[in-house]
Amino acid sequence: MMDTSRSPSEASGFSRKLAATIIIVYMVVTLIPISWMVATSFKSVDSAISYPPEVFFEPSLEGYVNLFTNRSRQPKDYLDSLPPPDTWYEELVRSREMVITGPSKFLPRYSNSLIIGFGATFFSVFLGSLAAYALSRFRVPLKDDLLFFILSTRMFPPIAVAVPIFIMYRKLGLGDTHVGMIILYTVVNLSLSVWLLKGFMDEIPREYEEAAMIDGYSRMQAFFKVVLPQATTGIAATAIFCMIFSWNEYAFAVLLTQFNAQTAPPFIPTIIGEGGLDWPAIGAGTTLFLIPVMIFTVVLRKHLLRGITFGAVRK
Amino acid sequence: MKSAVKKFKGLSDKAIAWIFIAPTLILLLAINIYPLIYAIRMSFTNFYANKIGREVKFVGLKNYKKILGKEEIWEKMQITAHFVCWTLVLQALIGLGLALLLNKKFKGNELLTTLIVLPMMLSPAVVGVFWTYLYNPQVGLFNYVVNFFYDFGIFDMIGSSTLAPWSIVIVDTWMWTPFTMLICLAGLRSIPNYLYEAAEVDRASKWQQFIHITLPSVLPFLLLALLFRGIENFKMFDLVAELTSGGPGSATELASINLKREAFEKWKTGYSSAFAVILFVTIFGFGNVYVKVMNKIKDR
Repeated sequence: MMDTSRSPSEASGFSRKLAATIIIVYMVVTLIPISWMVATSFKSVDSAISYPPEVFFEPSLEGYVNLFTNRSRQPKDYLDSLPPPDTWYEELVRSREMVITGPSKFLPRYSNSLIIGFGATFFSVFLGSLAAYALSRFRVPLKDDLLFFILSTRMFPPIAVAVPIFIMYRKLGLGDTHVGMIILYTVVNLSLSVWLLKGFMDEIPREYEEAAMIDGYSRMQAFFKVVLPQATTGIAATAIFCMIFSWNEYAFAVLLTQFNAQTAPPFIPTIIGEGGLDWPAIGAGTTLFLIPVMIFTVVLRKHLLRGITFGAVRK
Repeated sequence: MKSAVKKFKGLSDKAIAWIFIAPTLILLLAINIYPLIYAIRMSFTNFYANKIGREVKFVGLKNYKKILGKEEIWEKMQITAHFVCWTLVLQALIGLGLALLLNKKFKGNELLTTLIVLPMMLSPAVVGVFWTYLYNPQVGLFNYVVNFFYDFGIFDMIGSSTLAPWSIVIVDTWMWTPFTMLICLAGLRSIPNYLYEAAEVDRASKWQQFIHITLPSVLPFLLLALLFRGIENFKMFDLVAELTSGGPGSATELASINLKREAFEKWKTGYSSAFAVILFVTIFGFGNVYVKVMNKIKDR
């Protein structure tokens, strides 16, 4: 792999150092908003609204406590009449002259995000790999039109189809249900999963299945026992992309769900404290919500390009 | 070979092909195409989704005429155009610039790329929420940093109708520049080295090499990135809904935000369906023309 010839990509030491410096500066600047939100989640409510903004602060778990609980303010003499707090978080809340009245809706919303995300990912990858295999291996009439049609469903503004889906779901009793959202997100992800998986399957040599079929496998067996295991990396990458899209989806979630099946993105903005937004709690919700995506991004880094361009650009 | 394969038991390939494609097609038809046809049908009526008992009348092209004749809609289109144009210009320039820099292979290149890409993987709605904090006129970090370099005093990026359109451009650019960067980088890496070597032999200057080799090779990639971003930003909803929710007044009321207000707050289902159809046709039309132009440039 050693290439000694000079080209712009192997420029002189100085210009390379300059490029690296600019990139590092950009990286630092671009990550400030995210780091700031994570830092805010560890601030106390007072520290979050101090000016100038505090870069160094005494860490507090108030944001996380507020995120997971509902609280109410109580008069001092009532608080004094209570038995001493059992737990550190109760103590923290008491020190703000409040008592915990119960768990907040964050955990149910977060688990809705997980259930709907995993459900939709499973179905869109499963159905997508079937369709992708057929489109990759068989002669299908109007194949190119079919592929374009599948892609074009991505061009609809979600709000444009949200009204009819809202009415349809109301009639079918699927409004604000997990099943309804799983079906919807499966469909939203199908175009991506078919296009990506077709690309991955095109790269698996046909000879593998043909050899297996000569050995006595049926086409179905060859697909499940030879092609699918070969496509594992591609399937995993596609699954992560589908998961991220369902995880991040907002428009359908905010329009079609309210109580039962609401996911985290429409919920996080509604976290409010006394007299304005509770920034540490929002920061905590944001942090917990973003961590999985950041891990996934690192895992996915080799396939990112393919995923974001629907397989149009491969490295 | 083929005949040997065919002899084996099981369903015919043709049957398998259809069994494999059918579920995907049926779902797309049921949850995408049917709603679209439904929306087109409703767009010719005076239907209100919240008034259930009310008689639904066919009104012909009335909704379309009303929308196209309304000055307000053209304002929304202008707001959308402002947003789309500026985000595309900024993301093209910064994205290409970053890609050119990253293409000079230095240590830690891959790690830096991954870190820079992070913002675009986040949930746009959640990003919108936390930028309202950064933009807060009293305690926001953004305002503090800007005032640190030049003292503007107190200013409100989201609350002022002149600044708000820029506030959404800034956040979208922050979030999506890595997208253009990544695609341009792929374009740069696809340029074979021998082109530059040949240019060196011909004593072409670095600048000439950039204009005649680098730029033409990376252009199709950049155009593809802008197509994706253009479509996405024309439909933009989530980020702006949480960041400014169209305000102040209607200073950042993009087409999709306006559509949501008409459809889910005023419940003018027929009217908003017509608007949705117009938006869809616009995206589809622009997209098709753009792809044709892009292919012409690629072929050249």
